[in-house]
Amino acid sequence: MNKNLERVFNGLWKENPTFVLMLGMCPTLAVTTSAINGIGMGLSTTVVLVLSNMLISALRNLIPDRVRMPAFIVVVASFVTIVQFLMEGFTPSLYESLGIYIPLIVVNCIILGRAESYASKNPVIPSMFDGIGMGLGFTVGLTLIGMVREILANGSIFGATIAPLNDYHITLFGLAPGAFFVLGCLVAIMNVIRRNMEAKGKPLPAVQGCLGGDCSGCTLSSACTGKTLANKANDNNTGKEEE
Amino acid sequence: MSYVTGLILLLVASAIVNNVVLSQFLGLCPFLGVSKRVETAAGMGGAVIFVITISSFVTSLIYKFILKPTKFEYMQTIVFILVIAALVQFVEMFLKKSVPSLYKSLGVYLPLITTNCAVLGTAINNVTKEYDILESVINGFGVAVGFTIAIVIMAGIREKIEYNDFPQAFKGSAIVLVTAGLMAMAFMGFAGVI
Repeated sequence: MNKNLERVFNGLWKENPTFVLMLGMCPTLAVTTSAINGIGMGLSTTVVLVLSNMLISALRNLIPDRVRMPAFIVVVASFVTIVQFLMEGFTPSLYESLGIYIPLIVVNCIILGRAESYASKNPVIPSMFDGIGMGLGFTVGLTLIGMVREILANGSIFGATIAPLNDYHITLFGLAPGAFFVLGCLVAIMNVIRRNMEAKGKPLPAVQGCLGGDCSGCTLSSACTGKTLANKANDNNTGKEEE
Repeated sequence: MSYVTGLILLLVASAIVNNVVLSQFLGLCPFLGVSKRVETAAGMGGAVIFVITISSFVTSLIYKFILKPTKFEYMQTIVFILVIAALVQFVEMFLKKSVPSLYKSLGVYLPLITTNCAVLGTAINNVTKEYDILESVINGFGVAVGFTIAIVIMAGIREKIEYNDFPQAFKGSAIVLVTAGLMAMAFMGFAGVI
């Protein structure tokens, strides 16, 4: 398969950031109250991801290794500011409903994670397609979760009411607890799939975000100086088992 | 309503009613990652209180006296994230040199906080809600106290959950998320308080 297409497929399916890698959970929980919000958040993250991947990969030989994290953050924050302005101008209602989560795209670990693990090591064109794949994968993930929550909470889909569900909606799923429940069930389903795939001898890529439970799985762990904490927490755990 | 009552209400609102983890979904990473033991959770909470309170103060100072007079408000995201990253490093160095006892208990958690979205989120919220400097500090402190309450309660529950019998598929973070959902339901009860 063509290498660029392979990157897109990789992001959409094999290493889907929402379902497989479980990255970027803060926006996933916060904006998936409806399918439209999910699409809006996913696409704006995609734009930032593609642009920052391209610029970081173009500058990869110029940025000294020691200051790469601050440099990446400046690049990402600049693109987020641009996207924020564009959304305020062209899609004001979406801008209102996503609110603070637009500037918070800066600290979305998908973007810094891809910059660190892919864009800083590969040429511009593959990095661009990697950004497209990962971004679309994130968009699909957010949209699907948004659809499930919208059906459960409002009995509607993309704003269109589903008549038979009129009397059977659970408002709770549109609120904060519903977000946790839906994500908890999703993680449980993925745990089962993960185990089945392992039994078949085709293990899925490991969870990279904080849902893995400790720092070792984090894409940013090589740049993070807080690794001692992970070790300390693990020491505590093993100590307890021995007691 | 007097200014002082307003401040107290703001503190309660940001700590409990609009709890940062359970209703705004900010700072989920440490909430899931560092909540295995009450001891470590409390340490993390202490570090977060320290950093968010200071960073709320510094970012609102910068916004009021540098960004606003020069009409550079749109640079807030870039400026805030850099200021927070630098501040965390600075606080770490300062504590290491001058207050080693505090550094011993909070030090390991500080580097983890730089990319914590609760810190940046609070700084941006302070600006968009047009809080003055004192209100920003109170709001930041409240947010961080709310985080500490949530993570310590969660750690307490997780220590018990370890010995419980629940479906194999929910082992790990799935059961933590469901528990967080139940906690969020409980915290929704505070919505009518203010």
